[in-house]
Amino acid sequence: MFEMLLATWRYRYFIASSIRNDFRSRFARSRLGAIWMILQPLAQVAIYAVVLSRVLSAKLPGVTSEYAYVIYLLSGMLGWSLFLELVSRSLTIFVDNAGLLKKIVFPKICLPLIVSGSALINNFLLLAATLGVFAMIGHNPGIHALWLCVLIPLTLAFSTGLGLVLGTLNVFIRDVAQVMSVILQLWFWLTPVVYMPSIVPGEFSQILAANPMYWIVSAYQDVLLFQRSPDIEHLAWVGLASLGLLAFALVLFRRSSAEMVDVL
Amino acid sequence: MSADVLTVESVGKAFREYRSQLLRILSWLGVRIRQVSDTWILQDISFQLQEGEAVGIVGQNGAGKSTLLKLITGTLRPTTGNISVKGRIAAILELGMGFNPDLTGRQNVLHTAGLMGFSQADILRVMPQIEEFAEIGDYFDEPVRVYSSGMQMRVAFSVATAFRPEVLIVDEALSVGDAYFQHKSMGRIREYRRLGTTLLIVSHDRSAIQALCDRAILLDKGRKVMDGNPQSVMDYYNAMIAEKENSSIRSKELESGKMQMVSGTGEVVVDSVSIYNQSGERAEFINVGEAVELRIKIVAKTNVPQLVLGYLVKDRLGQDIFGTNTYHTGQILRDVAAGEEYEFSIRFDLRLGPGTYSVSTALVSTDTHLVDNYEWRDLAYVFTVLNADKEYFVGLNWMPPSIQIIKR
Repeated sequence: MFEMLLATWRYRYFIASSIRNDFRSRFARSRLGAIWMILQPLAQVAIYAVVLSRVLSAKLPGVTSEYAYVIYLLSGMLGWSLFLELVSRSLTIFVDNAGLLKKIVFPKICLPLIVSGSALINNFLLLAATLGVFAMIGHNPGIHALWLCVLIPLTLAFSTGLGLVLGTLNVFIRDVAQVMSVILQLWFWLTPVVYMPSIVPGEFSQILAANPMYWIVSAYQDVLLFQRSPDIEHLAWVGLASLGLLAFALVLFRRSSAEMVDVL
Repeated sequence: MSADVLTVESVGKAFREYRSQLLRILSWLGVRIRQVSDTWILQDISFQLQEGEAVGIVGQNGAGKSTLLKLITGTLRPTTGNISVKGRIAAILELGMGFNPDLTGRQNVLHTAGLMGFSQADILRVMPQIEEFAEIGDYFDEPVRVYSSGMQMRVAFSVATAFRPEVLIVDEALSVGDAYFQHKSMGRIREYRRLGTTLLIVSHDRSAIQALCDRAILLDKGRKVMDGNPQSVMDYYNAMIAEKENSSIRSKELESGKMQMVSGTGEVVVDSVSIYNQSGERAEFINVGEAVELRIKIVAKTNVPQLVLGYLVKDRLGQDIFGTNTYHTGQILRDVAAGEEYEFSIRFDLRLGPGTYSVSTALVSTDTHLVDNYEWRDLAYVFTVLNADKEYFVGLNWMPPSIQIIKR
């Protein structure tokens, strides 16, 4: 484990420059460059807002703002998009870089770190855009927004852990990526980003409670829209589970790493 | 005695196969899985490389050369045995790997050197040298996607060799690019070697191996078959390619300490090979430019429908100087019967530079020894060329000039 940390430290320049290049190449040939990274989730929010606001905005108790539903969508999307980008990119990270892994010796753990760093930067851009929209519609999330300092790392840990496990498995069983693309869509609808948990029938609330993303997304909505502290007890459980998942991911990654290049 | 830089100790590599991938995953988690079948790619490979040594690795496709290189560079891990390296290994086999087409040459250099584990500061320090060595001018600050493959090669080589490694692995990749840059990169490789870098060269090109290496290792079917001086190894390799059923490879040590390799199926064999000088005497020392006669006697052991004799003059490094055969001269012998003997008298002017040369002979049925190889004999005759009466010159070839000096 210590070796892995040391190797990562020696390759810090490579990790930094990879994240930078990731960013640069997005600017390279499209006019709007990285703006697309923010426009995509914002456009999604706009679509849901237009299509669903009539149906769902009445269901937001205790919020007076006429833009309540838009704020609700934006808050949830901030957490979900970080999760989605991390998981879907980590899923194919080793397979996509097969050529590099086969020819050049470098710590493989750099690859998921690059994805995490790059996703984090995209998420910060989205956060800035979200706060910009909030300012435009006159919504001030207040002091509770500082909870993001906890929520973002928590989302990062959970998503990276899950992504690394799936990415490692995908090297050996390529169906994982295919199955996951379906599961991620289903997962989005099992997480209250677009709708409110209050409209979920009682018998399904069990399923909702078992979904760690439910607690994460709810916490984003709590601190950005409802201006209240999130459900700390459940978040702590999610945090603990994330650490467990990360540890499991590292063990799996280390054990598999000798055979990984053999099958790539 | 210089120190071992690279030690490969009874290394083997097997690709594990499980009945299902799920079992493979369970096996990492500590579950004991039986019925694992292993496919061995390499077995029991051992050798040491010393500082400043240049070693060639040869073998047919599928012999395990690239697997061995991947084990040495570290992208693959050996299943059995150990590989230990003192210092850094650089490989010129992944030229251009990891280049991002949207970034400029300069940005890619920074990125690639980072991939090799160097710090930003180290790279910036040598950046001017890299730019200068690549010689692609203003293109260095253009995106790599507008580069020609040659320019990409130049930048890639310049980065890969920006810092002198302890072990440098050179692949066939080096033969791409333009002639000028090939010479330039060979120059750098030679200089690094002089400074103590150990070279590991993989190539099918006989002359490259013989010109550069002082040792060669032959791999066949995942095992080390031979480890010795490049000329004997290449001769053996050559014989091995032609090896067929009931064919044999024999070798015997000559007085000079070199190994003579004889291979083939033996339908027809060479009885004697000698060179006669102008005065008709059998000669081992011959003057530059002398008219000589190469006399080759052969005996047919069984009937063969078609017979071609080839001969090849090589220099002391085993590089081809001149060779042809009676297929190309239109003198194919037909329906040779068992017991028949023939003498070939080949006359030519020995326009060679001073040095030691050898003659190889081949008895075959067509223009190549890969169809029927009756007999292939390396080092069949060894002779020395001396410069007794010509003006001093260097090189392998004697091209007597007439020099005119005109004052204007």
